[in-house]
Amino acid sequence: MSDIYQDNTETALKKRYTISVLSEDRPGLLNRVTIIFTRRKLNIESINVSTSEVPGVSRYTLVVNTTKDQAEKVVNQIRKLIEVLGAFVYEEDEIYYQEIALYKVPTKIFLHGNKIENLVRSNNARILVIEEDYIVIEKTGHKHETQQLFNLLNEYGVLEFVRSGRVAISKSKRQTQHYLDELENSETHILNSNGQDKYGKN
Amino acid sequence: MSTLEKTRTLESKHKLLRVSGSEALILSLLEEKVDTIFGYPGGAIMPIYDALYNYMDRLNHILVRHEQGAAHAAQGYARVSGKVGVCFATSGPGATNLITGIADASIDSTPIVCITGQVPSHLLGTDAFQETDVLGISMPITKWNFQVTRAEEIPEAISKAFYIARTGRPGPVLIDITKDAQFGMLDFKYEKCEKIRSYQPYPTLRASQIEEAAELINKAKKPYILAGHGILISNAEKELLELSEKADIPVAQTLLGLSCFPPDHRNYVGYLGMHGNYGPNIKTNQCDVLIAIGMRFDDRVTGDLKQYAKQAKVIHIEIDPSEINKNVFAHVGINADARYTLEKLIPLVKKNDHSDWINEFKECDRIEYEKVIKDQIHATTPKIKMAEVIQILSDITKGESIIVTDVGQHQMIASRYYKFRKPNHHVTSGGLGTMGFALPCSMGAALGAKNREVIAIIGDGGFQMTLQELGTISQYKIPVKIIILNNHFLGMVRQWQQLFFEKRYSFTEMTNPDFVKIAEGFRLSAAKTLERASLVEDIKTLLSNEGPSLLEIEVDKEDNVFPMVASGDSVANIRLE
Repeated sequence: MSDIYQDNTETALKKRYTISVLSEDRPGLLNRVTIIFTRRKLNIESINVSTSEVPGVSRYTLVVNTTKDQAEKVVNQIRKLIEVLGAFVYEEDEIYYQEIALYKVPTKIFLHGNKIENLVRSNNARILVIEEDYIVIEKTGHKHETQQLFNLLNEYGVLEFVRSGRVAISKSKRQTQHYLDELENSETHILNSNGQDKYGKN
Repeated sequence: MSTLEKTRTLESKHKLLRVSGSEALILSLLEEKVDTIFGYPGGAIMPIYDALYNYMDRLNHILVRHEQGAAHAAQGYARVSGKVGVCFATSGPGATNLITGIADASIDSTPIVCITGQVPSHLLGTDAFQETDVLGISMPITKWNFQVTRAEEIPEAISKAFYIARTGRPGPVLIDITKDAQFGMLDFKYEKCEKIRSYQPYPTLRASQIEEAAELINKAKKPYILAGHGILISNAEKELLELSEKADIPVAQTLLGLSCFPPDHRNYVGYLGMHGNYGPNIKTNQCDVLIAIGMRFDDRVTGDLKQYAKQAKVIHIEIDPSEINKNVFAHVGINADARYTLEKLIPLVKKNDHSDWINEFKECDRIEYEKVIKDQIHATTPKIKMAEVIQILSDITKGESIIVTDVGQHQMIASRYYKFRKPNHHVTSGGLGTMGFALPCSMGAALGAKNREVIAIIGDGGFQMTLQELGTISQYKIPVKIIILNNHFLGMVRQWQQLFFEKRYSFTEMTNPDFVKIAEGFRLSAAKTLERASLVEDIKTLLSNEGPSLLEIEVDKEDNVFPMVASGDSVANIRLE
């Protein structure tokens, strides 16, 4: 770790980092999390907020392209937020991740042979809905995969395209509930009523 | 029967009391043992002020002259009393006026709870009269904030606010209460917050880290302690002294750490940073083990990080985990409370003798005295120097007064020349560098200090930023002694212009008002010192005056603060002239 502090950001390599945050489900928290990035002028490439397997606990997944040093400092500051239960930073090989993309294409492009149908099939995409004027195709995968299908479809004209933020799950065996139990049982100092702190196990 | 008596009767019977949200707020503050509030009323907080009217016997509300003053006063109160400071403001401009004080409290780890009124909940987001998104505005500068839209949320919100503000690394909390929540009714029941699942104010101390730290310290030839604000916050002064004496380690203080270590102690080597002492700065780059306790390696302390303590193994004891490895890499980063850590560390540390190392600092002191201090405190210039004033003040008060300073040259001079002999007797705006801080802060400090003497030292520039608070000081007869060091310049900026901008004094000279007349206009006693001959007597008179009093001292116009580590330079290149 020490070398990062020595050469700082200029020479250190930028990489894609996935930041996973577990938090209490409270309004305003998204803002608290994102301003930490804004403050360092870090662009968030994608963001996704959803519930986790534990009721009342939200999971944020953010993707940023930055240095390890910056990513770690940002995560430390996210951890500091009162309602954040935990925050973790991952490199690409430490997680399983996916994104979902939707493509709206004119129905008429399906009429000239089976080229489009083959594209859908060979890209592991699927047809979500068929309307008289347009068809919506859905594909999950990594960004370069959904982008590749976009490029292929766009030769025939894509009416609308949208890609979700990344969702990621770590390769570690840790379960959210266990993590929360650890937090509940961790050693802490108890403040007595006149504001003086005593030390002890909670 | 008053509402208060009703409360007491009902409390004793363990029955719930039906009250308005406003009254619930007041009762919650009383549960938190609040005795003083600094505030300013307005439309959206009127129900709370109405409830306050019934509790004047138990809550001392100070009507400030500007909400910024309320926030700074709450800071002064908190820093001196060790309790949480409280301020009230209305919605919109009232709330935005608090922002500077909140930012200051955030960066200087000061526990304050700000209560702001807000437009009724059905008007939120409509650009209603005096509506502002204070939650959004204050989010990056509060430790926590919360908007209450229902009366029944008030007790829990206040309980959490106080718990969060005072625990861990303390900081400001803002609670925004809509007007309908102030009017709404609830069954009042108060439960003191003692734990929040997602918030670990006192992280677990790992035994292995204490052992690693002790091993480094025991092997060190040139160990060196940097003591910060965390020592004062965790009341670790005794433990710091014990560690320093047992292992014979020199101790330097940061600006906010000042007053945490006895200044006359053999192991005390001085004040750190840009305008700190010579030895403490250059020795940072000569020590072999740097023990930083309750400090955050601010750039005003470190100068160029690439040339900062590279030779040393760093032990960083700090309660805020995001500060560890933020600026300086810690070989042993201990994320825990300072006092608790020191208590565990001391038994593992061996008795030692580092006299030779400590004497190296003394040699630096001699150089600094010859090159800087001597001419400052025994000045022969026609005009008085700031350092003489502080030196005399320090002697007269035996270093036992509470000193509140503003921002600029006078602040650095006060930090350098006042010998703080009692903990928590120095209050200044360090991280944010808020000009205008001292006058309102000193009011809060005086009220939190009970019978201790509070002296505000302020420059002519900063004084004019918040001088309206003389009205508050006058109305409540808050016994603050105010010293204005008037050099007719924004001195610190002028010094930089002189040293780094070829003496191009761009907009730093001030044509000042007659400060004595201004004070007299506020019905305060005031005097002015022009000559060195009358300086001692004038200061003595100021301090012996009953109640608040002001002394303006004309000082050398173009004096500079030295030593100085130029911005972005290495601490090793500290300039003596």
